[in-house]
Amino acid sequence: MSVVERQEWDVVVVGAGGAGLRAAVEARERGARTAVICKSLFGKAHTVMAEGGIAAAMANANEHDNWQVHFRDTMRGGKFLNQWRMAELHAQEAPDRVWELETWGALFDRTKDGRISQRNFGGHEYPRLAHVGDRTGLELIRTLQQKIVALQQEDFRETGDYESRLKVFQECTVTRVLKDGPRVSGVFAYERESGRFFVLEAPAVVVATGGIGKSFKVTSNSWEYTGDGHALALLAGAPLLNMEFVQFHPTGMVWPPSVKGILVTESVRGDGGVLRNSEGKRFMFDYVPDVFKEKYAESEEEGDRWYEDPDHNRRPPELLPRDEVARAINAEVKAGRGSPHGGVFLDVSTRMPAETIKRRLPSMYHQFKELADVDITAEAMEVGPTCHYVMGGIAVDSDTAAARGVPGLFAAGEVAGGMHGSNRLGGNSLSDLLVFGRRAGLHAAQYAAGADVRPPVHDADLAVAEEEALRPFSGDPAENPYTLHHELQQAMNDLVGIIRRQGEMEQALERLAELRVRAARAGVEGHRQFNPGWHLALDLRNMLLVSECVARAALERTESRGGHTREDHPTMERTWRNVNLLCRLTDDATGVGLDRETTDPIRPDLLALFEKEELVKYLAEEELYE
Amino acid sequence: MSSYEARFKVWRGDVDGGGLEDFAVEVNDGEVVLDIIHRLQATQAPDLAVRWNCKAGKCGSCSAEINGRPRLMCMTRMSVFDRAETITVTPLRAFPVIRDLVTDVGFNYRKAREVPAFVPPEGVGPGEYRMFQEDVDRSQEFRKCIECFLCQDTCHVVRDHEENKTAFAGPRFLMRVAELDMHPLDAAEESGLDRKKTAQDEHGLGYCNITKCCTEVCPEGIKITDNALIPLKERAVDRKYDPLVWLGSKIRRR
Amino acid sequence: MATGTEPPSTEPHPPGGVRGAGRAAIAAPHLRTDRWWLAPAATAAGLLAFIAYSTWRAFANADYYAAPYVSPFYSPCLAENCRPMHAGPNAEIFGGWWGISPAIIILIFPLGFRLTCYYYRKAYYRGFWASPPACAVAEPHTKYTGETRFPLILQNIHRYFFYAAIVVAGILTYDTVLSFRDEHYRWGHMGLGTLVFLVNITLIWAYTISCHSCRHIVGGKLKHFSRHPVRYRAWQFVGRLNARHMLLAWASLVSVALADFYVYLVASGVFDDPRFF
Repeated sequence: MSVVERQEWDVVVVGAGGAGLRAAVEARERGARTAVICKSLFGKAHTVMAEGGIAAAMANANEHDNWQVHFRDTMRGGKFLNQWRMAELHAQEAPDRVWELETWGALFDRTKDGRISQRNFGGHEYPRLAHVGDRTGLELIRTLQQKIVALQQEDFRETGDYESRLKVFQECTVTRVLKDGPRVSGVFAYERESGRFFVLEAPAVVVATGGIGKSFKVTSNSWEYTGDGHALALLAGAPLLNMEFVQFHPTGMVWPPSVKGILVTESVRGDGGVLRNSEGKRFMFDYVPDVFKEKYAESEEEGDRWYEDPDHNRRPPELLPRDEVARAINAEVKAGRGSPHGGVFLDVSTRMPAETIKRRLPSMYHQFKELADVDITAEAMEVGPTCHYVMGGIAVDSDTAAARGVPGLFAAGEVAGGMHGSNRLGGNSLSDLLVFGRRAGLHAAQYAAGADVRPPVHDADLAVAEEEALRPFSGDPAENPYTLHHELQQAMNDLVGIIRRQGEMEQALERLAELRVRAARAGVEGHRQFNPGWHLALDLRNMLLVSECVARAALERTESRGGHTREDHPTMERTWRNVNLLCRLTDDATGVGLDRETTDPIRPDLLALFEKEELVKYLAEEELYE
Repeated sequence: MSSYEARFKVWRGDVDGGGLEDFAVEVNDGEVVLDIIHRLQATQAPDLAVRWNCKAGKCGSCSAEINGRPRLMCMTRMSVFDRAETITVTPLRAFPVIRDLVTDVGFNYRKAREVPAFVPPEGVGPGEYRMFQEDVDRSQEFRKCIECFLCQDTCHVVRDHEENKTAFAGPRFLMRVAELDMHPLDAAEESGLDRKKTAQDEHGLGYCNITKCCTEVCPEGIKITDNALIPLKERAVDRKYDPLVWLGSKIRRR
Repeated sequence: MATGTEPPSTEPHPPGGVRGAGRAAIAAPHLRTDRWWLAPAATAAGLLAFIAYSTWRAFANADYYAAPYVSPFYSPCLAENCRPMHAGPNAEIFGGWWGISPAIIILIFPLGFRLTCYYYRKAYYRGFWASPPACAVAEPHTKYTGETRFPLILQNIHRYFFYAAIVVAGILTYDTVLSFRDEHYRWGHMGLGTLVFLVNITLIWAYTISCHSCRHIVGGKLKHFSRHPVRYRAWQFVGRLNARHMLLAWASLVSVALADFYVYLVASGVFDDPRFF
């Protein structure tokens, strides 16, 4: 075995998106020496793609807004499957997290009286999204990036070294979380540039790697979204929660084929965009589910009036939660009322003057102009559902973001499960990153400070990790990793996609088993220096593991709820409301197994925020009268 | 839907050398250069190194030089080229090459650290910040920057003169200085930091000869030269070359 | 530093450009396939043509006054050897010792204004200096210090030339008003020359006002536009003009040459100024 470089840190954060950077800032401010590892360059994380805004009940746009209303919206959006304590913390702390960004230099769009402007979004009762045009994620990542630099400048003044207390390892990939007995002891990683392996020893590791979208063919996610954190946690012995819930964003681009899946922000609808089918009909009025009937307009006139006078009118059904809109579009296209390239029409051109569109939706204008040669100020966009977000994730403690069952492992952001229940509201993602990123950093730092001895890293584990990572170079390159990836994406898209059926999911599991066998033979040419084929071959392990979790959990849950729609079980079952599905690595580490658990009952004071008539639609009898 | 075979020349190699390699590759309707690079990876050159992320012009990872012009590969549609044309793709030529289309952009991260961060105003707590849209508009334009570093790549000050990299921050980071100097609540001055002066003294504003290539290549359409660099030069003039202003500030300080 | 597992190198940079050590090994100074040389070549040709014309006219010391029109090159006329112009822009500040063309005295100011103008700087740095000739085309110089030292550091005095340019534009405005006379100095008349002068002075003002220094002075230097609504409006107005600074620079350059040429034609008797009324 070669000698691998080792460094000692207090907290290691895997992932440099919103959650990872917020965790790193917190951990460093709490005195922990903190290392951040990310697959891309610093500041390129997928968070930059977030467009709409950060949901936080600051009540700048509507004074009636408060955390209770936000909590209520979040629970409704998640169909009451949310880990309610997370939803509560999230709604309470989001405003502070947004305001804090301003003190680090963020520049949000302003209201007339100089406060942070807030915009409407699907599922939110009041305008709640702090935003910067339609590039809010970029603002968030840049602000956090610059805050990290500010802390490094502080350290430089004190120690003469920018990286003495906070360091970003760019373009490095973690392949294993290392353990000493049950406890975390560090991570094993390789540097993409050189292919060199290294180990960061640390008692606390925060996983903040984002989602799993690259397992699907049509996705709004970037190449980094290969479910690394999910797989790392699983392999370290932590369970994954409710992995069947995958959000398909209703509006992704459908043409040209090379950009299929790229996101069209929900703000297009929040700002007045409407959905029409090929017959020119605003079809969303036909798709308002019973649980939302009282909250949404019944006529186009009422919906249109809402943009001007939201207090006396109900919102248009284009602003239903994402799962509802995605299913509706899917149904319209299936019924033969789709657009030429297999989507539906999303139109702002007839609703706003060209100048307003360019000002409010600059990057959408740009994106369609550059990539599809469509001028959205003059014609309608063609849109269709695209895999966007995974609600499921690492099972964590609500208050501390600690992964269940693995001391020293923490998770925050998309990779953590529970917060969003069965479906995430737009805008709740960025606030989730900040609220739980901070909590993860805080508790990781506390945990690291409380660890009296550093758990050792064992040489034998390193040897295993190194052998695993080098396997694609051994022997004949029998399988092309790109081909395998392509087949995996196709299988997940076709068989575990937006509408699911038992037979297809069973088929998917067979395919996944077969792909796993083939992936063990995936080989690459060339050497270890910046070799994307090799990187993909290693990521395949993660994608296959996570895909299996999704398929197994989806097969198990025999109901339709939020981001999980079963054609053979089309209704939401109250008996499933309090059931969590947990995926764990099987004992022989070759696959995943499922456990069921019953969730904690929702605290009575939180339940009291809802009308009884609403609760009976979701909760089982015995939950209501306890 | 029509597809055709395009001819590509892609630079392959590393710091020890390399050259343009010829490829013939299928191109379909609506594709961009990055799609073609991916097709090369999947079918002909699995170890072809390239950086990319979002594929939607939002992250600024896939910067390269296409037919000699610095561009984002994901935002360069194949339809802008003649079908008979050979398309040349090389790494950014202002930075040290690592492998194939990947360069060492560490220069930019070092420069980012040299610009002092936002200084929060004293006595204004979180949630108490009041700023008006017209006051944040200017800095917001600069914050659209996706840090693709095409401006840093095209700027002849460092592209053609490696030795200037020490003294010159480059358009992206001079723009960052301008952004902070125009931030309505930045309290640098109260803390004794004069950003206008340091722009010239420490970040090499004087090297800029405003030939506007940074603006020309910016994929976000930020008017770097007109809205950031020239206003910053004017602000430096206020401090250093305008005797009236200088005299005024002396008198006021008394 | 790309990956950050090693401390950033502190070695001094070896000098060099796109073909220097460390960069991707490509022999060509550039790989552009478009006609990148067209813009700098056209710029250089245009500027050279103006320099040639204006040098001839400035030193000619003749045919610059045809009542009621005075060539913008010779206004104001500040030496004793100026031709008498009735109520015209004459002032014998320089007295009798000035022997050569009086245009030289005043042309320093508009020339300085344009020479230090942010647009013209781009134009001649690219067109004459090839620094750089075009974007991503390697420049031929081995050393570059930009505007950090003498003489180019003097570009920073653009603002003073701007103040002077305001005065000059004011005088040319006065000349334009004078052109509403006939050749016998009676008011209320207008000829083709008046129209030429009107167009010229409009473009001169538009170019002068659209200057980057002006944009800075009227409002750009402020940190809080919200506290200065009038200056904010002024800044926005200048900003809109400033976006067309290049266009205005060329348009006013051509118009000033044309105005002078028109006066030359009339003064030398080649052409009779058509009178409208």
